Order: sequence, then C-alpha cells, then structure tokens
Amino acid sequence: MIELFRTPNYDFLKWKWHCVGLSLALLIAGGGSLVMKGGPRYGIDFKGGTLVRLKFADAPDLDRIRAALRQEGLGSSTIQRYGRPDSNEVIIGTEQVGREEEALDTSRQAILTAMRATFQAPAGKLDLNNSGTDSLADALLRFDPLALAGQPGEAATRYRGIAERITGFRDNERGGLLRSFQELRILEGVPPVVAQTLEQQAFLSPFVVRKGEVVGPRVGRQLRRQALLATGLALAGMLVYIGLRFRQWVYGSAAVVAVFHDVLITVGFLSLFNYEFNLNIVAALLTLVGYSVNDTIVTFDRIRENVRLLRRERFADLVNHSVNQTLSRTILTSGLTFLTVLALFFLGGEVLHGFAFTLGVGMIAGTYSTVFIASPVVVGWIERRGHMGASGAGRKGS
Amino acid sequence: MTSTLRWKALLVLVVVLACLVGLVCFRKMPEGKTRLLVPRSLADLRANLEGRINLGLDLRGGMHLILQVQVDDAINSETDQVVERLRTLLREQAISYQAVRKTDATHVLVTGIPADQLNSARGFLQESYAGSAVSPAYVIGSLPAEQSGFVLEMTPSLQAQLRQEAQRNSIETIRQRVDALGVAEPTIAEHGRGEWEILVQLPGVDDPARVKSILQSTALLEIKLVEDGPYASETDALAKTGGILPPDSMLVREASGARGAQAGGPQWYIVSRTSVVTGRDLRSARSQPNAERPGAYEVSFSLSRDGAARFGPFTERNVGRPLAVVLDNRIQSVAEIQSRIDDAGRITGTFTLQQASDLALVLRSGSLPASIKYLEERTVGPSLGADSIRAGFIASLVGLLLVAFSMLFYYRLSGTNAVVCLVLNLLILLVAIADIRLGFGLLAAAALAWWIHPAAGLLATGFAWAFVAVSGTPVSATLTLPGIAGVALTVGMAVDSNVLVFERIREELRLGKSVVAAVENGFDRAITTILDTHVTTIVSAAVLFMFGTGPIKGFAVTLTIGLLANLFTAVYISRAIFEFVLARQARPTTLSI
Repeated sequence: MIELFRTPNYDFLKWKWHCVGLSLALLIAGGGSLVMKGGPRYGIDFKGGTLVRLKFADAPDLDRIRAALRQEGLGSSTIQRYGRPDSNEVIIGTEQVGREEEALDTSRQAILTAMRATFQAPAGKLDLNNSGTDSLADALLRFDPLALAGQPGEAATRYRGIAERITGFRDNERGGLLRSFQELRILEGVPPVVAQTLEQQAFLSPFVVRKGEVVGPRVGRQLRRQALLATGLALAGMLVYIGLRFRQWVYGSAAVVAVFHDVLITVGFLSLFNYEFNLNIVAALLTLVGYSVNDTIVTFDRIRENVRLLRRERFADLVNHSVNQTLSRTILTSGLTFLTVLALFFLGGEVLHGFAFTLGVGMIAGTYSTVFIASPVVVGWIERRGHMGASGAGRKGS
Repeated sequence: MTSTLRWKALLVLVVVLACLVGLVCFRKMPEGKTRLLVPRSLADLRANLEGRINLGLDLRGGMHLILQVQVDDAINSETDQVVERLRTLLREQAISYQAVRKTDATHVLVTGIPADQLNSARGFLQESYAGSAVSPAYVIGSLPAEQSGFVLEMTPSLQAQLRQEAQRNSIETIRQRVDALGVAEPTIAEHGRGEWEILVQLPGVDDPARVKSILQSTALLEIKLVEDGPYASETDALAKTGGILPPDSMLVREASGARGAQAGGPQWYIVSRTSVVTGRDLRSARSQPNAERPGAYEVSFSLSRDGAARFGPFTERNVGRPLAVVLDNRIQSVAEIQSRIDDAGRITGTFTLQQASDLALVLRSGSLPASIKYLEERTVGPSLGADSIRAGFIASLVGLLLVAFSMLFYYRLSGTNAVVCLVLNLLILLVAIADIRLGFGLLAAAALAWWIHPAAGLLATGFAWAFVAVSGTPVSATLTLPGIAGVALTVGMAVDSNVLVFERIREELRLGKSVVAAVENGFDRAITTILDTHVTTIVSAAVLFMFGTGPIKGFAVTLTIGLLANLFTAVYISRAIFEFVLARQARPTTLSI
C-alpha cells in the first residue's frame, strides 16, 4: 500500500494564527493590487468595446500596427501579442467609441481598414485569406475559370465544392492563413485553371481575422449585473444547503467564511497577475465556490461523525483528529484535480488559460482554507460558546 | 454469487452497450434526423461520430448576435398610419376638419371641427378607434373649445400589443432571411427579459458584414409619386417651395449609389407622403443584369394581385409623371410613367450581383416592422474553432491520462476499478451530449437500479434506448470550449468519489476489519459525503446554467451531467465491481488498494 501519510497526526490548529496572518497578507496584497489598478481588469464582456484578434503570416510589427491605427483615429487602442510567440497573433482592443450602439461597428471597421491599408491590400481584389466559403464561391462563379456559364446549376455546385475545399484546407490544415498560391496549385480537388485564375484575381493578405467581438455598453452592464447575481445566488444556495445539512449555523458560517476567503484571494491573484476579468473567469469562480464548499464539507462531515464517536475528547483535539483523518483524501483529490487544471492551463489554449489559472489558485486556496481557516473558525466559535457537536450535547471545551 | 449481483453485472454490461451503440450506431442525416446505421468501416464510424456531437459556435466558427428591436418604431408608424387613415375616413364621413396631426408617438390631434359636427365626430371616432372593452385601443378626449376637436391617445395595452407584434414579426422576418441565406441550424429566439432583444446564432457563417447588413436592412420598399425635384440640396428644395412643403408630401434624398458613376452628389426630391404600393404588395423579387449598364445588376419585382389592382389604375391616371422607388427612406430610382403598369417593376442602381441578390432576398422576406440595433456581436473564424477543439481535446486527454496513472499507481488494482468507472463516466457524458434524452434515460435507469432493483434499471435503459432509436430527432446538448474544460474538470472531480471511498476502505482495513466488511463499510460511510460534494457543485453549476451565456452554459451542462453520471459509476458500478471480484474468491483476505 502506498500512503501519502501513515496515520498522520499533525497539530494543524497550532498554526492557526500564522495562517490567519498569511491569509491577511495575501488578501491585503490582492486588495492593494486591486486598489492600485482601479478595480479588476474587466474584459470586453463587462466593459463593452471592440476586440479584434488577428493572426499574421510572419511575426507582426507592433509599431507599424500602432501607427496604422493612429491614422484611423484609434491611437488609444491596446495592442497585445497573444498566445505562443510562434502563433503570430495580436489582439487589438478599443474602448467603446461614443455611447450609442450605432457606433458599435465603426471601431471594428476602422481597425480592419487600418490593417488593410498597412499591409497594402490591392483594392478591388478578393482577399482569399479573409473570405468565407460563400463569397469565394460567388467570386468563382463570377470569374468562371471552368467556362461553365452555359450550365448555371452545374456551375454553382462545382464552384461551391471547390470553394469548400479551399477554405477547408486553409482553416483546418493551414491555421487559417495561406502563405502563397503555390499551396493551391498542389491542392487536390482544385483544378489548375482555378488556381491560376485565383492567382490573377485574388490576393493573399498576410493576416486573417480569427475572432471579432463587439459588445455594446448595454450588454456590458447586463452581463456585469448577471455575473454579480449569479455569484450571489450560488453563495446563497450553498449557505442554504449547508444550513439544511448541518442544522448548526456555525458550520455553515465557517464554510462561507472559507469560500469568501478563497474567492477574494483568487480575485486578488487575478489582479496581481494582471489577468482579465471576463465571463469565463466568473464561471471558474463559481466552480470554485462549489469546490471549496465541497472540500470543507468533507472535513466537517468527519468532525460531526467524530463528535458522535469520540465524546470524551477535547473539541480542538477532535477537530485536529478529523482533519488528519481526511488529510490523505484532501491532498489526493486536490492533487488530482489540480493535475487536470494544470493540463488545461498549459495545453488548453489561450481561452482556457485564465479559466485554469483561476481554478488552480482557487483550489490551492480552497484546500488550505479548509484545513487552516474553516476548522479553526469552528473550534474558536464552539470553544467560546461552550457548545459542541451536532448531537447538541453541550460540553465544556477544556 | 447472489442473484442481485448477477443482475447488477448484467445492468453494467447493458449500460455500456447502450452507450456504445447509442453513440456509434446512429448517423445524423442532413435533414436533421438521426437514423440507426451500423458502421461497417472506419470512415462510417467517423461520419457517425462527427454528426452526433453538436459543437458550439466557439468550436465550429460562426456568428453570435444580440440585437434589439426598436419596438417604438412600430408605435410611431402605427400612429402615422392612423393620421393617414383618419384624413381619408373623415373626408368620407363628410366631417370637415382643419388638421389631423401627430403630436408625439402616441397622440393624434384632430382640430378645427365645426361645432355642429362635434357630436357626430365624437361618435364616429369612438366607434372606429376606441376598440373593445377587452382590448381598448384609443382614449378619445376633447380638446379645449378654441381648438374644437379631439385627441386620440393610444392606450398602454395597444402599445404593449404593438411592441409584442413588432418583436414577433421581426423574429419571423429574420428567420426567413436566415433561411434564405442557407445557414444550417441557426438559432433565432427571444433573449433577455422584456428588453425586446433577439439572439441570433449562425454557425459556420464567415462573412459577418454581409450577414449583418442583410439582417438589419429594414427593406421598407415604397413607390411614391414625385411631386417636385430634383434639387441639389435640402435647402434648395425648401427655398423653391417657400420653406413649407406642400401638404401630404415629404422631402426624400437619393441613395448614394443610385446615380452610379454620374457626376454630382445625391439629389433631393419632394414626393407624396402616401405610397401607391409598398413591400407588402410584392409577390416576388429577383436580381438580374441591368440592361442599360453593363456589369451592373438590378432587382425586378412583381406585385400581388391586390397591389396590381391599385397600381394599374394609378399609373394609368398619372402617365407622364415621375415615380420614385424608395427603399428605407432613400430614393433608389426615379422614372417617368410611360404607360399603364400592372404588376411589375424594377429597382435600378449600381448594384453588384451580390448586392442585387441580397436586396431581392430581403424584399422577398418582407420588411422589418421596426428597425433593429446590434447590441453585441461575436464572430469566431473557422480556423480558430479547429485550433480550440485540438487544444481542448489534448488538454482533456492529458488530464485524463495523468489522473488515470496516478490512481493506478496509488491504488494498484483498485485503481483499475476507478479508471474503469472514469471511462464509463466519460462514455455516459458523451452520450448525453450527443442525445440528452438517452443520457438522462441512463441516469434515471441508474437511480431506479439503486433504489429498487437492477432489473428496474435494465428496463429503464432499454426503454430510453428504444425511445431514442424510434423518435429520430435528436435533442443534443452543445459542446463548447468551456464545455470541454467541464469534461476535463469532471475527470478531476470524479475521482474524488473514488478517493473518498478508497481512503475509507483503507481506514477500515487498518482497524482490522475483514476485506468484505471493509468494502461494505467504506462505501456506506463515504456515501453521505459523496452526495454532499456532488450537490454543492451541482448547485453552482445550476446557477451558471441559469445566468450564463452560450459557452458557459455548455460548461454547466457537461459538469452537471458528468457529476450525475459519476454518482452512478463511482458509487454503484464501482461497488458492483468490488463485490463481483470479491464474490469470485472463496475467502478474500487481501485487497489491492
């Protein structure tokens, strides 16, 4: 049998004041960061605005992009490299221009105009990297390289098939960007004459729009309200459940203190590490609420069980004993869940990065708070009140 | 071996089979139904699987829009129509008046009615506009004596009704346009609470600008008589008329593309306020090459019988006068009536093929009753979706392998038990994503097996499976990128139940209990804690489901189903496996845990 701890017997409660100090320090650091940065760094979901994510064929020249944007009157936009360095991706974000929803699309158009101008897109030609299957099929129908004008039905299906082949190849095998027309010439299913025609009539811009998000101020407000409501409801739901389950509000309150502790520390860390606060993060925080309570409940269940079994023990010792008994499980489960979170963090791609970070920090905080925060709170409360246990059998603490 | 245990073994076997067959042996047909189709080759298998899992917009690429219907437009235009109709009606009733005008969106004033006609006018207005007691339309009030007339005020109930209709009709029109665009599996639905918002999700759409303009185009087509013009500017036109437009006329500008390459900016015309025919009178519309301007396209349309009945006599009366085709309050073309026109017309201009066919499309689908605004727009390119699937899949797989190896390493043979349960859990989860009814059928079966008897579970499994096989139309959940994260997280949290049980069994063994008793106590003692941990997480997932947007809902769904499935696998099945293995040994003395 491999065991992490062979009948562990650590005195966790001895460290409670150190831990309160550590937690306070972390909370203050996080809170300080929040105050200094003027609140969480809200993402586009909550703030509203425009965001365009571009992928370039070569390493993008940020200064050139910035200059181009300034010419379009978007000097205040943020430009960031995104993802792994070799993915050549850039995110351009602008704040909301004007208050009206009509202005929604203007910044996006302006960004695209600036990009086209900078990378010298020939006017009037089809941009093969930024056209969809529909527009490509339409264009082929117009150029008609296979001279199918006589059979409109045949032409439509034939060109559509070719267009699907080209965009499918571009999106699934080339990451959305064709570098040269050479790639089309050797592509199976594309007749050479079509490739030739495209080479004459179309061009390959050195960037592709991978994602565009435009969120109006109204939706931003709505989403902020929803996120707050959801978090509040989740916490309330937990409180009710724990209340029903333990019938003693000391446990419920201790669990909720622990949850708040975990969420606040995590939010502080998000600010410290400059992560953006968006809908995914809120989802992660809510999952964290469930996880943290879950962890606390396992220990509390053991405490209540022991209260029934070991009536003679001092309450503090009993709690310590319970924490020790569940220690293997706590460490093992947290460890295993943490492993999957690590996999998401390193391999799950950029979108899940912040999500996994939040869960990771939260899980460490949750495990720690179960042992070092929630349990001492229960002990402190019950010893002061001279009550103990779910059986209601009052007993002096010492 | 007891008979219950045999039943349990059979149930586990059947559930595994139901999952595998349910996942693999159905194919989604292009028309959206699923058919039983046993795969004969690897290509078959792939095709079956690909159709079954419904990918969210963030994974397959596409467009997500939230738009708001400006419902007050509908109220405004209703009031405009009341003004028009009232003028005609009063004339028909031989009630003289000085003016009928709209003071704001919900009020119409009728002034200057001779004193002797006031009573009959009130009676007439009351009869025509008050509506019924159930649905009052207008409140008719008297104006002060010097104005000698009435005010019609739209009731809140009519306003509410108009707003509702505007939204419903907008959804209908947008649906027709989306269908005409040929988007597969679109979502078009009301969104939010009472803010007149519509959610539009268009998977696979990759030309957002075009789609947006098609959806947004009000496509209000009107054909009006030109009273005067053209003028170079608004001020010119007003100067000619002495600052006041002739009654029942309005000033309209040309669309910027109307003149094509001809010199000069857009011109202004004074046109009649009433339209001879509108978009509602169209029978069909299609694009065709413009005969006069090579390379350009135009839209030709034909009128319904009703429209033609009005248009024919009207054009006959007005031969020689110019007629304007007005689209969304911009003049597209002006032409002189050569002779009586019955049922056909053209909208010329310098349209490209795509513009012309888009215009024909929106005209065919009818005009929007109110304008729409975009509140939110998210587009994901197809290449990003493909990358996201790859990353999410790899991350989940690595997470699964890490957890599986750790469990095998730490718990040895019992770890195998945990891994089997984990794989089964994922299988049920996949089936539930493919067809949520089968997923919940299996979970219901599990609950029955637990509470009543494995045989009841068997029955329920068979029933759910047969139902899904016969019904044809799948009810699938949507897999999103956060949803994949939910799957990965399920893996991590699912083993928690195994760990709880195994640690308990170890404790029991340390206390010197027999293997059989240790297993029994281990499961019995761990169950309350396992239920607690599952309920807490499901509560937060439920909240996420209620308040989350698309991708996050996907996360809540996979997490919830995964946890429910876990109750079945990690508690029921895992225990059955232990019992099964122990029952085969004469007197088990050791347990590899």
